[in-house]
Amino acid sequence: MSQYVLETNNLGISFGGLKAAQDVNIKIKKNQIYGLVGPNGAGKTTIFNMLTGVYQPTTGTFYLCGEELKGKSQETINHKGIARTFQNIRLFNNMSVIRNVMVGLSNLPEYKCGFFTSILRLPKHFKVEKQMRKKAKEILEIFDLLEERNNLSCNLPYGKQRKLEIARALATNPKLLLLDEPAAGMNPNETEDLMKTIRLIRDKFDMTILLIEHDMKFVSGLCDEITVLNFGTVLVQGETNKALNDPEVIRAYIGG
Amino acid sequence: MSKLKGFKWKYYINYAVVFVVGLILTLMSFTVGLEQSTIYLLEKMLIAIILAVSLNLVVGFLGELSLGHAGFMCVGAYLGGKISLILADKLGTGPLSLIISLTVGGLCAAICGVIIGLPALRLKGDYLAIVTLGFGEIVKSIFQNTSKESFGGALGLDTPRYDKYTLFIFGFALVLLTLAVVQNLMRSKHGRAITSIRDNEIAARATGINVTKYKLMAFTVSAFFAGIAGVLYSFSNFKVNSYTFGYNYSIEILVMVVLGGIGSINGSIISAALITFLNTKLATILTGDKAVLQNLFYAVILIIIVIYNNSPALKGFREKYDLKKMFSRVVKHNDPSVIRDDQGKWARIPTKIPMDEILSTDVQPNQSTLKPDKSKEDK
Repeated sequence: MSQYVLETNNLGISFGGLKAAQDVNIKIKKNQIYGLVGPNGAGKTTIFNMLTGVYQPTTGTFYLCGEELKGKSQETINHKGIARTFQNIRLFNNMSVIRNVMVGLSNLPEYKCGFFTSILRLPKHFKVEKQMRKKAKEILEIFDLLEERNNLSCNLPYGKQRKLEIARALATNPKLLLLDEPAAGMNPNETEDLMKTIRLIRDKFDMTILLIEHDMKFVSGLCDEITVLNFGTVLVQGETNKALNDPEVIRAYIGG
Repeated sequence: MSKLKGFKWKYYINYAVVFVVGLILTLMSFTVGLEQSTIYLLEKMLIAIILAVSLNLVVGFLGELSLGHAGFMCVGAYLGGKISLILADKLGTGPLSLIISLTVGGLCAAICGVIIGLPALRLKGDYLAIVTLGFGEIVKSIFQNTSKESFGGALGLDTPRYDKYTLFIFGFALVLLTLAVVQNLMRSKHGRAITSIRDNEIAARATGINVTKYKLMAFTVSAFFAGIAGVLYSFSNFKVNSYTFGYNYSIEILVMVVLGGIGSINGSIISAALITFLNTKLATILTGDKAVLQNLFYAVILIIIVIYNNSPALKGFREKYDLKKMFSRVVKHNDPSVIRDDQGKWARIPTKIPMDEILSTDVQPNQSTLKPDKSKEDK
């Protein structure tokens, strides 16, 4: 068992001649909130996509708790313990809030229920459904979404949709949670609220979190360590406030 | 009482209707007796219902367009018919041989579903539609080119005759079976996974849903019932001929699904029965010289129905005579979905409301929080 939850080893990908990310080495310890920042087009989301199996890295590899996950499919990576949210919210819009979370729960081994068990509606089906609903309610309670559980998810306000997406990712019982710009489009109050929620997630679920964010206040208030990317390469890595004040980082963001 | 409240009558109302209608007709057939043409019409309706409900699983719930439903039906019809011919010598034409041939036909179609599904379900949208269309045509021409001894070739396969009442009683039972399987599937965690793929495939993958598995599941179940419907069809017509299973037939099933509301099982049942009725009646009324008018009338009626269902100009009229709302006014049913109705344009997209109502496995929300809104709406 490695001491790091996530360890990337010279992770890189190129699309034709474009090196979208190269030589990225990130090490995240358990219970850390780790930030990934950088200007637009720096390759942050590309790294997320590699970590979740959407893209296959061309160079390097990555490990989750010491287990190599490079080359695995998206589903397998999720089952192994990496869950993510998306920059542009991707909920199951025509399904109610609680069913969104229940989809996340459905792959956990404790809620295993075969095809024929469901078709024949054997007692086990009802037992599993009941347990899933109970668990989903517990998760929604934490995110303050319990009241809206029977609404369609597309009818939720923006901030709550973000929260629901995180709730759905957490329902898959991950070891590492990837949040892609969770505070994008939120007002300061909602951002403040989200920061509290993320801290709560870490403490309550004993979670390790890797997040992408542009809001520097959010990053410096929340992250223990960050990696700053620019043009696909790592600019600076380290403790948050020190890294953010690095002249290189300021130049990358503001120019000069 | 509390137990009764939790009982979701809306899921069972379609079983009840089919069962009662089936029972009445069965009793009638044994006492008064039914005309041969009525029985034939009933069988055709039941076959159409099975086909529409099973296609709805792929088109409505999985969200993929399949134009090969008649192909699966063809497989079922030929293989089921062949098996029953073989069995007719040994078992006669009793219910047992009927059950065996139905099972064999259904399973063969399901196997075809897996074989086609595995490569084809990597495709999406129009591409999948074209592959399934191709599959239907291939199956058709394969059976057309078989030898006379095996599957009858271009002349078709004569199937043994069953007792005239057995088939439609079996038809009702099979409609109930189809409804049970499709509804139970969609109300389970597997059903949730299937709808999540329709809503957002990328998110479904990231949430750990095995997309291939669930697509294949929906596709196979759908093919299985298409096969069963095919077997029924072959016995109802006493003959299988592959040219009937062209893409026209697939489109006709698709029309039933679309007209009944994509993703609405009850809608599929009603529209399948109505369209079949309409087609058969048109064929009996317009004979001889006027036979060319059949398709014209059929098309005009379809266009009128579609316009009536979707035209914004008729919205007021529709809402005034909405059967569902009339019903909910009579039965004071606190349905949380009612609140959704006034929340924007999406409510008019037909997939969404029936979808969530059919599939919702959730308990009723805390009524005290919802009641104020609800009471205002009622007035």
